[in-house]
Amino acid sequence: MLPELGSFSLILALCLCGILGTLPMVGAHTGNQVWMNLARPLAAGIFVFLGIGFAILVYAFLTDDFSVSFVAQHSNSMLPMRYKFTAAWGGHEGSFLLWTFMLAGWMFAVGVFSKSMPIDFVARVLGVLGLISFSYILFMLATSNPFDRIVPLPPADGADLNSALQDIGFILHPPTLYMGYVGFSVVFAFAIAALISGRMDAAWARWSRPWANVAWAILTIGIALGSWWAYYELGWGGWWAWDPVENPPLITWLFGTALVHSLAVTEKRGVFKSWTILLAILAFSGSLLGTFITRSGLLTSVHAFASDPDRGFFILGILGIAIGGSLLLYALRAPLMKADAGFELVSREMFLLANNVILVVAAASVFLGTLFPMVYQAITDDLISIGPPYFNAIFAPLMMLLVVFLGVGPLSRWKRTSPAYLVAQLSRVALASLVLGVLIPLLVLLEFSLAASITLLLALWVIFSIARDMADKTANKKTRVAGLRSLSWSYYGMQLAHFGIAVMLVGVSLTSYFSSERSVLLDIGGTVELGGYRFDLVDSRRIEGPNYFGEQVEMTVSRDGEVFRVLNPERRLYVASGTPSTEMAIDAGLFRDLFVTLGEQRDSGAWTMTIYVKPFVRWIWLGAIFMAFGACIAAGDKRYRRLRVRETRTAGSPSSEVMQPAS
Amino acid sequence: MKPHRQKRLGIILFIAVGLSLAVGLTLFALRQNINMFYTPTQVAAGEVASGVQFRIGGMVKAGTIQEDQGSLRVSFVTTDYASDVPVQYEGILPDLFREGQGVVAEGQIDSAGVFHASKVLAKHDENYMSPEVKAALDAAGASPENHMMQPET
Repeated sequence: MLPELGSFSLILALCLCGILGTLPMVGAHTGNQVWMNLARPLAAGIFVFLGIGFAILVYAFLTDDFSVSFVAQHSNSMLPMRYKFTAAWGGHEGSFLLWTFMLAGWMFAVGVFSKSMPIDFVARVLGVLGLISFSYILFMLATSNPFDRIVPLPPADGADLNSALQDIGFILHPPTLYMGYVGFSVVFAFAIAALISGRMDAAWARWSRPWANVAWAILTIGIALGSWWAYYELGWGGWWAWDPVENPPLITWLFGTALVHSLAVTEKRGVFKSWTILLAILAFSGSLLGTFITRSGLLTSVHAFASDPDRGFFILGILGIAIGGSLLLYALRAPLMKADAGFELVSREMFLLANNVILVVAAASVFLGTLFPMVYQAITDDLISIGPPYFNAIFAPLMMLLVVFLGVGPLSRWKRTSPAYLVAQLSRVALASLVLGVLIPLLVLLEFSLAASITLLLALWVIFSIARDMADKTANKKTRVAGLRSLSWSYYGMQLAHFGIAVMLVGVSLTSYFSSERSVLLDIGGTVELGGYRFDLVDSRRIEGPNYFGEQVEMTVSRDGEVFRVLNPERRLYVASGTPSTEMAIDAGLFRDLFVTLGEQRDSGAWTMTIYVKPFVRWIWLGAIFMAFGACIAAGDKRYRRLRVRETRTAGSPSSEVMQPAS
Repeated sequence: MKPHRQKRLGIILFIAVGLSLAVGLTLFALRQNINMFYTPTQVAAGEVASGVQFRIGGMVKAGTIQEDQGSLRVSFVTTDYASDVPVQYEGILPDLFREGQGVVAEGQIDSAGVFHASKVLAKHDENYMSPEVKAALDAAGASPENHMMQPET
């Protein structure tokens, strides 16, 4: 009975979305206050009904209701409770429900935190989000209802959750990623509402910015969690594989990064308006593309859900309507936008433009590499794959260029900066980072690697220019402390995020160039040395878990003759599904990770295993955390709150805010 | 030239240079890094020259996995039920690598017709068959259902 109620609440939510997508929009057009005021309660209602649906699905998992097909496929009576809970998003249907529920959560949040915006604008934003949710719920009910039953004979037990997903990383990664992904739907809705209403001013940018920042921060964390999970769960010691399913979040993230910067220009200077709108559309398209690639099963990937072509066509339909429709609207409306101010060749606007161009080019090349095999197959019928070398060859130089601009941008002034000023500010920064970038790897690691030196140099370039800028901005105050206090939250947020880039850069470069790994065949009592550490295989024993059994080996790790850590990598066999799985053992550290994965045991009793020493790998995720924090701090800036109050006061006289048609 | 014209020209030049650089790099990198996919039948028929990096996909033929006792060398036969190709690999095989399951390997073929894999891929999800393996089996006219291994009891 309950699962039917689940389906029913999805249908109710669908109906509410249908109303939300039409009435408030029409109301906003005709000036019907009652219809516009429907938007907030409707958004809340959708949130509640999708919440009920999701709760019922979780309940079906917790109570082992294997008559529900989705539960039977992704759970098992022996599965530990916490994984029964998370199995609700362990497959296509449930994860799509979670996705839709998250979108409803964002809609609800927009309803709550939009008190200061004019009601017609809120009605349009929520109306657009309602239309998006409508298509998602329709898709779910038509092709992948999580509440479908197995009739007449339900199985006695479920097939179990994929063993790679029985893990903390999996508990966190998909919800965070979805949350960030769908967050860009909100920014998209703001953009579409702006296009419809013709309201494309600084106030609009100010409303959008906190939402864009928060969505971007969550997406950053979501991607970092995925990278971390892949690192320790998939057991190949890598943190990024350019997998076709990893790429769409990255594409969205790149567009999102460009958008966050472009919005800043639109807010502060009133330029780049149509470009900002276009980026919002692109970031949203990236999130739809990610859905399409993951759920259509068209590309070979470790993530792909077992698939069904109907779903692919359905999502392609949504993709076509959403992107086509919004681009059409854009084409009709964008020519009306007019820049409020000019700027010169050397100015902060120009550096931010460079940032945007590089990010968009990077996104486009990742997009090309991801979809090329699919297009190639459609044309020639041959199957191909594109390896990481392609992506590295393009992505690395672009990011380096981006980081060069990143050092200059924050120091430059809006509208016009004299090149002489920049040279004076940055010549010492450049010199210091050059010298240290070459010296540090040489002294610490006693090795010279050109690539490592270049990336380290760039990281130092960012850090020193941040320091230079802060010193500069506090120089005129009485004391340094007073100077530091006078800087705004959004300034600190920006610098923290930029510092995160530098930290990540250090991590990426040192891990990539100085990691070592060795695959060996080891008997009990055997020893292997790697990167100055000595690994002894001491013992192996059988283990038994709640829904698996397996073997565990004990390895001691020593340095300079002193044992400092015991590692216990495992090899498990999950009973219900019969799938084997390896559990890595990691000694994590700020400066290096030691990482052991266990292969199979040979007939002779010897174990196959791979040992990795990965310097600075944690810095990659640490950098992402800084970036996300920075974005959140910036979103909490006083001026968004303060100006909101002023906005409400002037909301009655919008004449000056409405954009003028370009002559 | 008026300043705003100059600015606009600058922007356009900047974008043009950036774009052509990107397109050039992209095409170059794409040319270098395309891995073609072949089925065991195509490989056995000698369609691929030795020394070319490519991917092969099929099922792991039952009873053909041989592990070297003294090292990490492993050999097995991949098949599309029409032709067989022997594969050699040194390293640790993925968790889901098993007899009768689909596998995709990346590497080169030698003149004796042995495939030397530098990478062996098997999937997360055992219900999921990679499009490459499926294409190989379809091409050879063998549907996987007819050859599926019995589930372990």
